[in-house]
Amino acid sequence: MSTIICHQICKTFRQGDEIITGLDHVDITIETGEFVCLSGPSGSGKTTLLNAIGGLDTPDSGEISMGELRIDQLQRGPLADMRLHHIGFVFQAYNLIPVLSAQENVEFVMQVQGMATRERADKARAILAEVGLEGLEKRRPAQLSGGQQQRVAVARAIVSQPDLVLADEPTANLDSVASAQLMELFTHLNQDHHVTFIIATHDKRVMRYARRLIRMQDGRIIADEAQG
Amino acid sequence: MLSVANLHLRTLLTLSWRNLWRNHRRTGIMLGAIAIGVWAMIFMTALMRGMVDDMLNQGIHNLPGHIQVQDPTYLDDPNVVNSIAAPGAELRKQLDQLGAVAWATRIKVPAVIASERETRGINLIGIEPAVEASISGLPALLASGRFLESDQDSGIIVGARLAERLETRLGKRVVIMSQDPDNNIRERGFRIVGIYRARLPALEEFNVYAARETLQKLLRIEGRISQLILVGDDYRDIAPLYRRLDQLLPSTLQARTWYQVDSYLAAMFNMMDGFVLVWVIIIFLALSFGLVNTLVMAIFERVREIGLIQALGMRPGLIVCQILLESLLLLLIGLGIGNGLALITIKPLESGLDISAVAEGMAMMGASSVLYPKLTTADLLLANSIVIVLGILTSILPAWRAARLDPVRALNTT
Repeated sequence: MSTIICHQICKTFRQGDEIITGLDHVDITIETGEFVCLSGPSGSGKTTLLNAIGGLDTPDSGEISMGELRIDQLQRGPLADMRLHHIGFVFQAYNLIPVLSAQENVEFVMQVQGMATRERADKARAILAEVGLEGLEKRRPAQLSGGQQQRVAVARAIVSQPDLVLADEPTANLDSVASAQLMELFTHLNQDHHVTFIIATHDKRVMRYARRLIRMQDGRIIADEAQG
Repeated sequence: MLSVANLHLRTLLTLSWRNLWRNHRRTGIMLGAIAIGVWAMIFMTALMRGMVDDMLNQGIHNLPGHIQVQDPTYLDDPNVVNSIAAPGAELRKQLDQLGAVAWATRIKVPAVIASERETRGINLIGIEPAVEASISGLPALLASGRFLESDQDSGIIVGARLAERLETRLGKRVVIMSQDPDNNIRERGFRIVGIYRARLPALEEFNVYAARETLQKLLRIEGRISQLILVGDDYRDIAPLYRRLDQLLPSTLQARTWYQVDSYLAAMFNMMDGFVLVWVIIIFLALSFGLVNTLVMAIFERVREIGLIQALGMRPGLIVCQILLESLLLLLIGLGIGNGLALITIKPLESGLDISAVAEGMAMMGASSVLYPKLTTADLLLANSIVIVLGILTSILPAWRAARLDPVRALNTT
């Protein structure tokens, strides 16, 4: 994984006649293997920054790079390829494909990557077991609880060992026990598999797991500090 | 590369198939619409094809023949002067080996027929009774009396309507007058030995049949005929027979195919394929609204999922393929049901569909009151191809729009 560098990123949105600032000249560098939390009130720009880094949204100005790759200059196709091979997403709402089983949801990214059937099935079952969902592989999302669905989403995000996991309020719909389990899982993946995590959250319990905490407000970074 | 494409296809097939059945009712309704549309395309095409085929066959029987050989001036002036020499032994042998189903010589001149009460203008036709069944099917149209028994038979066969107009009947004598090549009036009495009923009432009034040699003697044209008639296997594929015949004939004779002789029949034949195409496209257009609506609704319902698969790294092209595959599956299932329905409903009707309630109208068009639906492989392929090709084409826009969704907005859709 290469260092992620955001340089002077700006992003505005139009809401009726009003122009809202999403990101205001944001500068940030994230090294491989970091566990970063973006915190701040609603509308502070956390999700916008995650979306920009993940190539889901394009900044109005500024540069975003992952190693040699200029994310802000990529077209739709190459952006999709970058997400497919380098980034895992975990969203606030579990965002699973309802017509696929838990295992098929986890296999989906590997299928699109072109991995062989046996290999991806083995990997999917192993990762589901790792996130505590052994025996639930054949269930569809509607047959799983919120916590279980979020764990499937996490399993999907990490199964192909991406360089970077972007998680947007991953615990927002989970109870405290499930939240703690999820954060333990993230910590384990970060420490043992050196996956870089950038997590946008309001949740102070989540922030405690971060080794670096970036506070945002009105689209700007107002604090960037390492945590013990 | 091939294995990756194969994996993608399997992924897309799984997604498409399961998405198709997310809303059973909507998919069911759309399948019903496609199936009924396809059934209507094929069924109506088979009916039309059967009707036009019948009209063409009838028209060709009335000409008669698939190929006619005459003096080049005969078509413009069907006078006894423009007769040709009857084929000699050598030519007869060659005609026998030509590959035609049947061939015959004819005399056909304008004449006047007079009964005790009325006089009318007619086409006087001298036929070879032994082969006439294969040429015009006249023996099958006989309503009363008998058919001509030999080339020297002294009787005549008239249409029922002409007999009515002449106020005469079977067994009565009539006088027929015409001209010989020297413009002398020739006449003789004939006994009506048979009365026929044609599908086209006009033919009943004008065509009067007598034995060929009897007419040759009457008109003083022994050894001469007006036409040489040939019938092939299939009126649609008469060109090879025409080419072979043309090589045999001297340059003083002119061979013409049925579509050269009768431009109305030719136009009907040529129009049929175009008409089927237009018909199939019209039904498809009606179907396409439902298809596009189904796809748009299916996409609208899962905007968030489309955002998700974009976020997970599915290329826009694959998203387009997935939605097109969904459309293709829907079309294929609908086509399967529609084709099945069409086969089930057409096969029992192939022995004939009685439409005698509208027989008069059908007769005016030269068709019979029994319709024989004709299902051809070409029509079946045409209907299926059009549904698939146009179905996929109309699905491209919704699929393309889905692939162009903004992933952030799509993911935030509730």
